[in-house]
Amino acid sequence: MAKHDTPLLDQLESGPWPSFVSDLKQEAEKRAKNEAGHELQIPVDVVDDLLGILELSFKHGKTHWKHGGIVGVFGYGGGVIGRYCDQPELFPGVAHFHTMRIAQPGAKFYTSDYLRQLTDIWDRRGSGITNMHGSTGDIIFIGTTTPQLEEIYYEISHNMNQDLGGSGSNLRTPADCIGQARCEYACYDTQDLCYNLTMEYQDELHRPAFPYKFKFKFDGCPNGCVAAIARSDMSFIGTWKDDIRIDDEAVKAYVGGEFAPNGGAHADGDWGAFDIQKEIIALCPTGCMKYEDGKLEIDNRECTRCMHCINAMPRALRIGKETGCSILCGAKAPILDGAQMGSLVVPFVEVNADDDYQAIKDVIEPLWDWWMEEGKNRERLGETMKRLGFNALLEATGIAPVPQHVQEPRSNPYIFWKEEEVEGGWTRDIDEFRKDHQR
Amino acid sequence: MAFVSSGYNPDKPMENRISDIGPRKYDEFYPEVIKNNKGKWLYHDILEPGILVHVAESGDKIYTIRCGGARLMSTSLINEICDIADKHCDGHLRFTTRNNIEFMVDSEDKVKPLKEDLESRKFAGGSYKFPIGGTGAGITNIVHTQGWIHCHTPATDASGPVKAAMDVLFDDFKSMRLPAHLRVSLACCLNMCGAVHCSDIAILGYHRKPPLLDHEYLDKLCEIPLAIAACPTAAIKPSKVEFKGQEVKSVAVKDDRCMFCGNCYTMCPSMPLADKEGDGIVIMAGGKVSNRISAPKFSKVVVAFLPNEAPRWPQTTTVIKNMVDAYASNANKYERLGEWAERIGWERFFDICELDFTHHLIDDFRDPAYYTWRQTTNFKF
Ligand code: HEM
Ligand code: HEM
Ligand code: SF4
Ligand code: SF4
Ligand code: SF4
Ligand code: SF4
Repeated sequence: MAKHDTPLLDQLESGPWPSFVSDLKQEAEKRAKNEAGHELQIPVDVVDDLLGILELSFKHGKTHWKHGGIVGVFGYGGGVIGRYCDQPELFPGVAHFHTMRIAQPGAKFYTSDYLRQLTDIWDRRGSGITNMHGSTGDIIFIGTTTPQLEEIYYEISHNMNQDLGGSGSNLRTPADCIGQARCEYACYDTQDLCYNLTMEYQDELHRPAFPYKFKFKFDGCPNGCVAAIARSDMSFIGTWKDDIRIDDEAVKAYVGGEFAPNGGAHADGDWGAFDIQKEIIALCPTGCMKYEDGKLEIDNRECTRCMHCINAMPRALRIGKETGCSILCGAKAPILDGAQMGSLVVPFVEVNADDDYQAIKDVIEPLWDWWMEEGKNRERLGETMKRLGFNALLEATGIAPVPQHVQEPRSNPYIFWKEEEVEGGWTRDIDEFRKDHQR
Repeated sequence: MAFVSSGYNPDKPMENRISDIGPRKYDEFYPEVIKNNKGKWLYHDILEPGILVHVAESGDKIYTIRCGGARLMSTSLINEICDIADKHCDGHLRFTTRNNIEFMVDSEDKVKPLKEDLESRKFAGGSYKFPIGGTGAGITNIVHTQGWIHCHTPATDASGPVKAAMDVLFDDFKSMRLPAHLRVSLACCLNMCGAVHCSDIAILGYHRKPPLLDHEYLDKLCEIPLAIAACPTAAIKPSKVEFKGQEVKSVAVKDDRCMFCGNCYTMCPSMPLADKEGDGIVIMAGGKVSNRISAPKFSKVVVAFLPNEAPRWPQTTTVIKNMVDAYASNANKYERLGEWAERIGWERFFDICELDFTHHLIDDFRDPAYYTWRQTTNFKF
């Protein structure tokens, strides 16, 4: 018997897509039965009350959560989001309902053993409800009480060799695409770079010292499966410098209809036979390809590595061999001055595990120093860049300006020359001037 | 329910403390065939919607079955996922960035039993636990935020509208009929934890009423300077107000400067802004993050407001479904929704999608607004 009637939520049990309502209900029943015989450390009816309070929100068209105040684990400035409900008498099970962010492994590969250890802890000490995963990437444990926070942290750190993720004005848990683990387009090992930087910057991740949050994301190629360019303060996007590798036989197989274009991604559309002129040559944004007499040619110097041809003919075309990544900075969601896309700061940098990714750290650290020095409270890197200008960032990081940095050069001539850039400096003698020019 | 200690000693928090150890290392969790072929993959094929094969230089293959899932997930369901991974995949699995679950096997004969097993599992209410799909030129899972399940500032729910929308879009999750892939995202307030601003279609919760002021408690519960500093548009001022004949310290909000972000409420519980009529959904469209053919783009607001209609948000899902269908029948192969809109012109987009254009859709927020007005005589009637 359900504790609360949920007539509105019940309507979300039908339909084909997995119903979170059905899932919450099965969890509520599991807790009530407690067949595992756990000493449940938070109320047995926590999930019933979660359903109850959500039903009330559906009825009222409003949330019933209050901001959580400061809760956390000793020594860390993030990893926990405090939360209390505004109807504790009706729903005592969720009166205190904090979340914990558990740092996810690269590309979210798991073993069942590992996940079962997590679910065991979370069944005993929390609600048994999670997000797999939060938008930044962490596993999110949704709902526990304040005294359990340290206990959970103790268990995951001692028994699972597992840490919390970041929240607050610090480095957020970095996230990566699947990359070389399973994707032929990957230009560098996203998981290894992500892991290396995550470990290198644990202090920045756990102890807020930044003006605001800071995100790293790692996409193995310009397809951008973790959307690094749009949602990370610093995105590392795989690219290459040399030539796209062409397998002429495979090109013929696409032209001849033996291979389905784009890995078969359009199988259910009514698109007719593959037409290399129309679908590849004409769509290449730089016009740097041609297909004549059964031979595909790419003028690689003109290619901007947009991935279209490679995506469309993965068996015929491969990324180049001289690979590395581009670094773009300053992406953020619209609040406040509007959304910002990452801006290209380093067109190409080697991704070298052998020297512990020094070339990349040499970009990160001066940039952080500059932002910590100049950034205002609650100002994302992109906003600091906007306020102080791209040149200020280049100066701080010692990166030389190149045309790749801009979409187009400025269309106003209001150049703020510095004195040292102008021959002879700015100190002049008015009497000297007057020798040639009367008053 | 007796308290069970983990071993943590609250009197000596530093005793045996372990910290700064980070996540577990990725390679502990790789399936064998990935360990062996990492960085040596040659190509992939989508065998049918939701089922991929990746082929390595060595000739090794890995077959992946991608399943949609609600990201709000119970430990019961996670344990069931573990059972499936144990039965079919040597205990390995992964999640994608868009909250899909991927089960991987190393030979073709293991695909069919896994697929049948996944398709046979349903919740008591009748929905699939593991619908297979989300590949290629179709619609994959919606990335989203917390909504009414956990956050204090949402203007809409997250899990509810996502379930309602995915039910309506289910055929396109299971098939690959679209001109290119189409990504849908939801964020429940304009803070956009889900960073939905570059999605083909974004569902965004939006408040439309400035905060209420609980003068009686405001100074007792809040640090007034923090609430003032939290406001991105400087709409909040300190103020003294009469409350039951007494002068109390409080704040005043310049309503016409309020952008309804809820940051004040984050700092000050005496400034709630949720409201049944005020809150609802903005629909944005035409964003992308991939660099393929054209540069990444922001999504644009195409519907200024739709009401919250729990539990199934019918107006929202109808607008989305119509937009998807219009895109499916009009765009060119490989063209993303935003590329299509730009090619035909936004005026034509509103035509074809049968959307009303209202003054709310003309940007008037600060500098960038000017660059969005039409500055040419080239337009379509
Ligand atoms: C000013 C902007 C923002 C504010 C004030 C804000 C505030 C919050 C709050 C209050 C929560 C807690 C929700 C809960 O109760 O669990 C939250 C969660 C979260 N936020 Fe933000 N957020 C902002 C922007 C972002 C952005 C741009 C991202 C990512 C790109 C992000 C990523 C997350 C993630 C991953 C969570 C965990 C819950 C989830 O995945 O939905 N936030 N944020
Ligand atoms: C033309 C553009 C794109 C192409 C050709 C493309 C191609 C691919 C390919 C081949 C994979 C498979 C990698 C693998 O699992 O073996 C993949 C995975 C994925 N893609 Fe994309 N992608 C594109 C854009 C996007 C965009 C814009 C998004 C999200 C906004 C996205 C989200 C994903 C996700 C979530 C995965 C699963 C990988 C992971 O979780 O790391 N993709 N994509
Ligand atoms: S971003 Fe590129 S390398 Fe990474 S998974 Fe996507 S397509 Fe592959
Ligand atoms: S990657 Fe893009 S720009 Fe380069 S050749 Fe292919 S289609 Fe043209
Ligand atoms: S988008 Fe807004 S309402 Fe939703 S979780 Fe983030 S801060 Fe909360
Ligand atoms: S909702 Fe946002 S804009 Fe409005 S008063 Fe509060 S902080 Fe300021």
